[in-house]
Amino acid sequence: MAEKITLNMITQRAIEEGQAMEKGKTTPEYFQACSIVEMNPKDMKKLGIWRNTNVRVTSEAGSVIVKAIEPTQFVPPGLAHIRQGVWANQVVPPRTQSTGVPQYSGFPVTIEPAINERIKSALELVQGAVGIWKGGN
Amino acid sequence: MAEILIKNGFVIDPSRKINGDVMDIAIKDDKIVDKVGSGAKVIDAKGKVVMAGAVDVHAHVAGPKVNAGRLMRPEDKLFKSPDAQEHYRMEMGFSIPSTFKTGYDYARMGYAFVMEAAMPPLHSPHVHEEIHDTPIIDEAALPVFANNWFVMEYLKNNEIENAAAYVAWIINATKGYGIKLVNPGGTAAWAWGLNCLGINDPVPYYDITPAEIITGLIKTNEYLGLPHSVHIHQNSLGDPGNYTVTLDSLKLAEGVKAKNKFGRDTVMHSTHIQFHSYGGDSWANFESKAKEVMDYVNSQKNITVDLGCVTLDETTTMTADGPFEHHLNNLNHLKWANVDVELETAAGVVPYVYDKNIKVCGIQWAIGLELGLYAKDPMRTFITTDHPNAGPFIRYPRIIKWLMSQKAREATLASFKYTDKVIDATNIHGIDRELTLYEVAQMTRNGPAKSLGLSHMYGGLGAGLDANVGVFNLDPKNMPSDPEMIEKALLRAAWFIKSGQIVVKDGEITNHGNKRTVWVNAKVKENPQVMRDINEKFLKNYTVAIGNYPVWDSLAPNPLVIDIDVEA
Amino acid sequence: MPKLITGVGCPYCGSSCDDIECLVSDDGKKILETRNACVIGNEIFHHVSSPDRPTKPRMRQADGSMKEVSYDEAVDFTAKALIKAKKPLIYGFGSTNCEGMSAVARVAERAGAVLDNCASICHGPSFLAIFDNGYPSCTLGEVKNRADVVVFWGCNPMHAHPRHTSRYSIFPRGFFTTKGQMQRTIISIDPRETDTAKLADYHFMLNQGHDYELFDAFRTVLRGHDIPAEVAGCKREMIIEAAEKMRNARFVMIFFGMGCTHTDGRNHNVDIAISLTRDLNTHTKSSIMAMRGHYNIAGPGQVWSWQFGFPYCIDLSKGTRAHMNPGETSSVDLAMRDEVDCFVNVGTDAGAHWPIAAIKHVKKHPFIAVDPNICMASEISDLHVPVRVVGVEEAGVVYRMDNVPIQFKKVIDGPEGVPSDEEFFDRVYTRMCELTQTEPMWIPAKGHAKASSTSEH
Repeated sequence: MAEKITLNMITQRAIEEGQAMEKGKTTPEYFQACSIVEMNPKDMKKLGIWRNTNVRVTSEAGSVIVKAIEPTQFVPPGLAHIRQGVWANQVVPPRTQSTGVPQYSGFPVTIEPAINERIKSALELVQGAVGIWKGGN
Repeated sequence: MAEILIKNGFVIDPSRKINGDVMDIAIKDDKIVDKVGSGAKVIDAKGKVVMAGAVDVHAHVAGPKVNAGRLMRPEDKLFKSPDAQEHYRMEMGFSIPSTFKTGYDYARMGYAFVMEAAMPPLHSPHVHEEIHDTPIIDEAALPVFANNWFVMEYLKNNEIENAAAYVAWIINATKGYGIKLVNPGGTAAWAWGLNCLGINDPVPYYDITPAEIITGLIKTNEYLGLPHSVHIHQNSLGDPGNYTVTLDSLKLAEGVKAKNKFGRDTVMHSTHIQFHSYGGDSWANFESKAKEVMDYVNSQKNITVDLGCVTLDETTTMTADGPFEHHLNNLNHLKWANVDVELETAAGVVPYVYDKNIKVCGIQWAIGLELGLYAKDPMRTFITTDHPNAGPFIRYPRIIKWLMSQKAREATLASFKYTDKVIDATNIHGIDRELTLYEVAQMTRNGPAKSLGLSHMYGGLGAGLDANVGVFNLDPKNMPSDPEMIEKALLRAAWFIKSGQIVVKDGEITNHGNKRTVWVNAKVKENPQVMRDINEKFLKNYTVAIGNYPVWDSLAPNPLVIDIDVEA
Repeated sequence: MPKLITGVGCPYCGSSCDDIECLVSDDGKKILETRNACVIGNEIFHHVSSPDRPTKPRMRQADGSMKEVSYDEAVDFTAKALIKAKKPLIYGFGSTNCEGMSAVARVAERAGAVLDNCASICHGPSFLAIFDNGYPSCTLGEVKNRADVVVFWGCNPMHAHPRHTSRYSIFPRGFFTTKGQMQRTIISIDPRETDTAKLADYHFMLNQGHDYELFDAFRTVLRGHDIPAEVAGCKREMIIEAAEKMRNARFVMIFFGMGCTHTDGRNHNVDIAISLTRDLNTHTKSSIMAMRGHYNIAGPGQVWSWQFGFPYCIDLSKGTRAHMNPGETSSVDLAMRDEVDCFVNVGTDAGAHWPIAAIKHVKKHPFIAVDPNICMASEISDLHVPVRVVGVEEAGVVYRMDNVPIQFKKVIDGPEGVPSDEEFFDRVYTRMCELTQTEPMWIPAKGHAKASSTSEH
C-alpha cells in the first residue's frame, strides 16, 4: 500500500457532465458529475482506498480534492480520468506545445487519500483562484 | 443618389457599336440616362477611356470550397496581403482573397457583376453568407446539377419535365441563377473513388452517361427558358489529349435552339476551355490544341466559351471536379482538401504553382492566350482565369495586356526556361493578332452580359441600363507603347461608378456601394411526383430537414430577382 | 392551443441535429415539451425558461458584489474597455450564430483585438494539421449513405455527440447501406473502453498518448510492410486485420476527437490521420472528419476565414493586416504570457474550461462575459451581459461539424429587453465609433429580415 500513486491523467467529456453543465455550473448535478476522478479498482487498492473516497490530485499545475470512483467507462490501471470542467482544470497544465491547446490529457498526477478534506464547489474553486470568493472555507 | 455626368471620355460601348467616340455619359440615380441637369456632379474623363462595368462570367469567389482554400492556406496571406485602406476592412490573401478584398479588388478593376461558378445546393446558405460579405459588386451563383441523384434519375428516364421541376425547385431554394455542370457523372463516380473520363463512360450505379446528362440538362435549361445557357465544365479536365472529349461535348449543342426572353441566342457555355484544349497523350508530348477547339467554336453560333488563362502564379485550384483534384494532388503532392456533398456533388482543393520554369505550365499559358487570339467572335469568347484555378482574378488586366500586345507575349515567352519546347508545342510564337480595346470590351462586358441573359442591365452604356461605368487612364487613340501601362490602367480604375454611386476614385475604394444578389425565381407547374421524390430523399438520405434547406430571404438582403414563368 | 414547431436545430454539440420538435405554449414564451433531442439538448430547451436566468447586465462593484445595470451602461463599459486596451482578447463563440461572429469580428477589427474561438483549446491542432496536409472530407450524409467502415479515433460520440451514431455514423440505414449497423464495421481507438468502444467490432485500447505510433502502424501495413508484434500496446494481428478491413471497404470514414488533439503530439496526430486517409484513397474511398464539439464551432472557422483568411488565433492588433500564429496568438498562450489587457468571453465559459492558471492571468484586467447563463466566467467577470439563446430565442446560420450550414430557427421569444449577441456587439461597435468620432463601416445587415424566417417555416 502506497501513500500516493502516480497516474496518467486524461480529462474528457461525459454525457452526465454535458447535461449537468447545461442545467448550470452552480447546480448540485454539475458538482456531482464533475468533482470526481475515475480510476481502476486495482489502483484504488494500491492506494488503499475504498471507492467514493475523497482524494487529492496533484499535478505540476496545482491540486484539487475530488472523489475517487470506480470507472463509469473502463479505465485501465495506470490511467485516471476527471471529466472536463472546473475540477479537472485545477490540475490541467497550461503548457501547449506551441499549439494553443493546453495539456488536457496525458499528464502525470499524484493521487493521495484525503478522507477528511472537503470537495470545494465550482464557484469556490474559480472565484477563490482569482481572489473574489466571499464564502467560508 | 443623384446625377453624375462623365464628360468627354473616349467611350467604348460595343452594345451600341461605339468605338472610342468622345461622348458624355449621364447618370441619374442608379441608371444611365440620356441627359442630366446642370447640377450633376461632373467627372472629367478627357483623355481617358470609358467603358461599362465589367461582367465576370465565371469565378470561384464565395462558398465552401473557396473558403476551404482560404482556411487551408495561411501562406496565401503571408507577405501577400496589402495594408488595409484607411477606414475600410482588412484585405487578406492573394489567390483566394477575403470577401472584402474580393469586392474591393473587383471594383478597383471596374467590375460590376461576378458569377460564382459553382454552388453546392446543400451549402447555398454559406455561399450567400459570403456573397453578403462581399461589398460593392453584384453577384449570382450557379448551383451544380450534373452529378445530382435526382437529375440523373430523371434524365435516365428522359423525364425532362420532372428534371425541370426539380431544377426550378433547387434554383429557387438556393437562390441560384442557372444550371452548372461539372464533370458530368464523373463527380458522382468520385463518391466511390472513380471517374468518368469520356462522355460515353457509364456513371457507376446510375446507368446514364455524361453525354446523356449534358443533353438532358441543355433540354431542361431551354424548357425552363433560363436567362443563362447551361454552363459546363466538361469531363477529363486537365488531361493530355482531352480536346477530343471537349469537341465531343461541344457537339452535343449542335442544332439546339435557345428559347428564352432574355436575348440569349446560345445554348451552351463551355467554361475555362484552356483546361480542355490539350493534345498529346502524356506530359512528355503535351501540346496545344487551341486551334482545333477554337475552329469548332468559331464555326458554331450557339456556343460561348471563357478562356481560363494561366497567369503563371502560385495559386489555389478548386473545383467540384473532385476526382481531378485528387489526380492533381497525386502529381504535385501538396495538401489536398475534398468535400463530397451528399446526393449532390463534391469538391476538391489543391494549391498549385504555375512555374514558368516548367514546360507544361508554359504550354498551358500559351494555350489560354491562343484561344483568345483565335477567337473570331469576341461576343462569344470571354476573358477569365477560372479564378483562382489558372490564376487570381486580379490578373485579368495582365491577360488583357498579353492579348493586346504581341510584344508583351513574346517577352513572357522569352523569359521561360524551356522557351523552345513551349514554342514547339504551341502556336503562340508568331501570332501577330493584337486585340483592340473594343474587342476587349466585348469579351469582358457586352459578351458575357448577353450570354448570361443580363444585357438589359449590364455590359453597355445605353440609357436605361444600370449605371455601372468605369473610367480608365488609357487613351484608345494613342495606346501606350509600353504594354505594362495597359495592365496598370485596367487594374486600378480612375473612376468606377457602380449602380450610380462613385465607389472608386484614383484606384482607391471610396464607398461600400450597394451590392445586390441576383437570383432567378423560376415558376413551374406544380409537380406532385417531384415534390414527393424530394420529400422522400430528405427523409431517407439527406441529413438536414427539408424545411431548413431553402435559403432565407434575410441572407440576401438586397435581392435582384429575375422572374420566370414557364406556364406563361 | 400549444403549437408544435418541427425542424428545430439543437444548440448543443457538433451534430447540430435539426429534427427537434418543440411544443410551445400559447403565448409563444415557453417550451412545454421537446421531442427527438438527446438528454443534453433536452436540458437546453427547458433551461431557457429557468427562473434563475439573468435578464439584466450585472457589473461588479468596488466591494466585489454584482449590481444590475442597463444595457446602455453595459455597451458603454464594453466599448470603453476595448478602446482603452492595447491588446484585448475576444474569445469564445462555441454557442452563438454566424451573425454574432460577424458582428464581433467588426468590433475586434475596430478594437485591434485578438479574435479567437474555442477551437484554440479543442480542434486547433486539427487546423494546424490541415494547414500542412489538407482535409479530405465529406458531409455526414455521405457517411450515412455509403460508409461501411467507420473509425472513431480518440472520440466518444456516445457521450460527447449523443445522437451522432444514430443519425450519421453507426446505426442509420442509408441509400447504399440499407442494413445499417449490420453493414458497418466499427473501429474504436481509445485508451478507455468507452461506451462508443463497446459498440465497436474492433477496440484498440492503445497506450494513452501513443496515437501517432498506431496511425503509423496502420499506414505501414497498408503500404505492405511489416510491423512489430506490438505497437502502442496493440497486437500486430489485430492491426493487420483492421487495416485489411479498411483496405477492402468501399468507403472508410475516420472520425477523430480530443483524444488526438488534447494530448502529446497534438497536430502531428491529426496530420498522420490525414495521411492515412490519403493513403486509403489509393485503395478505396476514404474521408476524415473532426468531431467538432459545439453546434456552431465550425462557424467562426468559416466566417473568419472568409473575412480574415484565418480560422482562429487572429491577431488584429496591427490594424493593417491580420496575423495568425498559434502558440504566439493563441488565447491560452497569450494569457500565460500576460500579453492581453482586456478579456471578453463570448458564448463560452473560459472560467470553467481553461486551465485555472490562464484564468488567473486574464482576470488581472477588465473581464467581460457575454453569455445567456450564469457560468464560471460570468461569476468572476467585471461585467456579465446576458443575451438570447441562439437556436431557441434567436435564429441564425450555424455550421455543423462537416461545415454544412444549417439555418437554425427561433422557437420562442427571448426575455424582454435581452439582445442577441449580434445586437449587443453592433451597439458596442456603434458606441466605439461615437467615442472615437469615426464613421461606422456597415455593409447591409442581414439580421433585420430574420423575423420572416422563424417558426412559421
